[in-house]
Amino acid sequence: MKKKIVCMLLAGGQGSRLGVLTSSMAKPAVPFGGKYRIIDFPLSNCVNSDIDTVGVLTQYRPLALNAYLGTGQHWDLDRTDGGVFVLPPYMTEHDGRWYSGTANAIWQNRAFLDQYDPDYVLILSGDHIYKMDYTKMLKFHTANSAAATIAVLRVPMEEAHRFGIMNTDENGRIVSFEEKPKEPKSNNASMGIYIFNWKLLRDYMERDDADPESENDFGKNIIPNMLNAGEKMVAYPFEGYWKDVGTIQSLWEANMDLLGEPPVLELNDPSWRIYTRNPVMPPHYTDASADVKNSLVTEGCVVRGTVRHTVLFCGAKVEGRSEVLDSVVFPNAEIGENCFVKKAIIGENAVIGDNVQIGIPPKEGETVDNRLTGDIALIGNDVTIPAGTVIPCGAVVTAETIGQLRNGGIKA
Amino acid sequence: MNQEAFGLIFTGEHNPYMRDLVLSRAVAAVPFGGRYRVIDFALSNLVNTGIRNVGLIVQKNYHSMMDHLGTGKEWDLNRKRDGLFLLPPFSTKDNTGVYRGDIDAFHSVMQYVRRSSQKYLILCGSHTVFNTTFDAILKQHRETGADITIMYNEDPRFFPEEQNRDLRLIFDEDGMTVKRLEWNPRNPGSNFRSCEVTIIDKDLFEDLVEESYSRGGVDFVREILLPKVRELKIMGWRYDGYVGRIDSINTYFMHSMELLNASAAKDLYNMRHPIYTKVKDEIASEYGENADVHNVVMADGCAVDGTVENSIVFRGVTIERGAIVKNSILMQGVTVRKGAVLDHVILDKNVTVNAGRQLTGYEGIPLVFRKNLTV
Repeated sequence: MKKKIVCMLLAGGQGSRLGVLTSSMAKPAVPFGGKYRIIDFPLSNCVNSDIDTVGVLTQYRPLALNAYLGTGQHWDLDRTDGGVFVLPPYMTEHDGRWYSGTANAIWQNRAFLDQYDPDYVLILSGDHIYKMDYTKMLKFHTANSAAATIAVLRVPMEEAHRFGIMNTDENGRIVSFEEKPKEPKSNNASMGIYIFNWKLLRDYMERDDADPESENDFGKNIIPNMLNAGEKMVAYPFEGYWKDVGTIQSLWEANMDLLGEPPVLELNDPSWRIYTRNPVMPPHYTDASADVKNSLVTEGCVVRGTVRHTVLFCGAKVEGRSEVLDSVVFPNAEIGENCFVKKAIIGENAVIGDNVQIGIPPKEGETVDNRLTGDIALIGNDVTIPAGTVIPCGAVVTAETIGQLRNGGIKA
Repeated sequence: MNQEAFGLIFTGEHNPYMRDLVLSRAVAAVPFGGRYRVIDFALSNLVNTGIRNVGLIVQKNYHSMMDHLGTGKEWDLNRKRDGLFLLPPFSTKDNTGVYRGDIDAFHSVMQYVRRSSQKYLILCGSHTVFNTTFDAILKQHRETGADITIMYNEDPRFFPEEQNRDLRLIFDEDGMTVKRLEWNPRNPGSNFRSCEVTIIDKDLFEDLVEESYSRGGVDFVREILLPKVRELKIMGWRYDGYVGRIDSINTYFMHSMELLNASAAKDLYNMRHPIYTKVKDEIASEYGENADVHNVVMADGCAVDGTVENSIVFRGVTIERGAIVKNSILMQGVTVRKGAVLDHVILDKNVTVNAGRQLTGYEGIPLVFRKNLTV
């Protein structure tokens, strides 16, 4: 059946800047906010915007994502006509290739889109946290009779060099686009949210595919080509919370943004619920000796210790006499007795033994490889930390580096 | 998957001892354990046994039940073959649509029973909460060749003034064969109480019900089991895990508070067989700067900035700064405003307690505030 608009979600890559958190799953499946995975945000935005057909493009470990999405019922995306589909690369009788770029991923799945004969296609990234009504953006797109609309956010000028910057004229029409400019001309940062007229985009992608020099990328190829050809491309100004959670630092920050009164990011919004796969766990239990303040706690948690300014995910446990501060504790992670944890991300199913200290200043002369983490201590998924271990801030602990820990600290 | 048994849950009974909690709902639809309703336990036990065909007899006020169950998808019972069948009353020439007792109800759903392809029927009540699978009782039923197997546990507690559907089992020397049954006895002859689960061959069930119905029988236990205890081979299957019987406000309060002790919670919230319920997509619960929470079971979507002790807090409850809540049950959507003080109270759904109010019940006499009330 014909659809007005279909969403293509670039769930993409390994997310190498998230390090050990993505060693067995794609970035969009990384936990967020106590109950969610990153991908719940674009999916819920779609459903809340009445978009009922979503293709999820991925070529990195699709199993976890596939298992997570299932039939789409948790997002109300189990539809007779439409729904959510995981679209990995595939072979044909002639050839088959990996997705060579963001545009190529869409191009290889043109048959998926063609079956809905959509007027518009909405293209999203799978690693951003935000709440957005795409119907407003679509209205803006049609009211402007645009060929393409790109959502932009005003960022502080001094940070503009980290983003793709859209330079616009006084009518909001995009005149040029610069990827991470050294000297930005404006602060309209692209949010990685595009609406295209499908037929037009299809033509551009076909030509782009025929160009052996192209990297088949929206930012590098498709958008510049359309601009050069004089297509009408407009910037849709978005106001509200938006965060790229592609790094350990930003993932930690975005979780912290949920704390405080009122929080920077308010998820308690009945008109804009974020849907997620429910873990089917009992209510959480706060023990007589527990002391929890300024934190998020969810189903399946058991708290017997002190928890401050922390996000506990489903099934997380904090045992007695332990103190957990400014941290993010992923699903089913367990923190033993008499531990001290400060400014850390504890991976899924990690088991922290008794008397462990995490996130304390490194000893004199001790060096820590913190290129990915800054001052955040990161414990990988499924890692078991032996009792009594001391882990300095910024350290990354995986099953492989556990051995080094026993020998007196993590070497750079 | 279990292809040899199907489930039939009877939720039609009225229970006067539940007072304000059942003004607009069946006991089966009463919220229990922080995020569940009583019915979730029986349904999940069946589903966790691999049973994929479940009939649910509803009678009065079944709107809240239908709203809760939907298509059965949260219990994975939205199936093409079998699945969840909601069986409301309907009036025909020889059916008034009002059940005098469970035999009437069973008679009126006999079409569904006959059409079910499975051999054994697991008959469940809706006043009892526990978390187990029925694999072992089915196995025993098959192996002993019993006509009827009743699940029971040992429960020394006895509240004669609130006695309700109290079925006691007295055994032969073998400890398994039922010698005598007692129904709401004044002086119970044993502490072995039925858990409202009865395994019976489908064909036998049909014969027994239709025969009794034709002679004006009303109650399955009183008019079928009791008189036929010698004629039929009735066996018991003992369950040693936690069992809660929601017979009255007092037992409701008592069993709710028992969830604060580790062994009951461990049994009832056993994650090896999870209890399924309708999902509401709330956010995680928020503990504020002034939260002071001890010994509390709390569901998602709550915002707590006050003091809470020894309490059960359902989904979406707000407890403002300075409020003190002790020994209480706060159901979904309750708001306790600044400085209010609660002790031994049950607040039904969406009750609001205004700032500074003091509400105190006593042990054994909890104060109950009905749905949507503002105090």
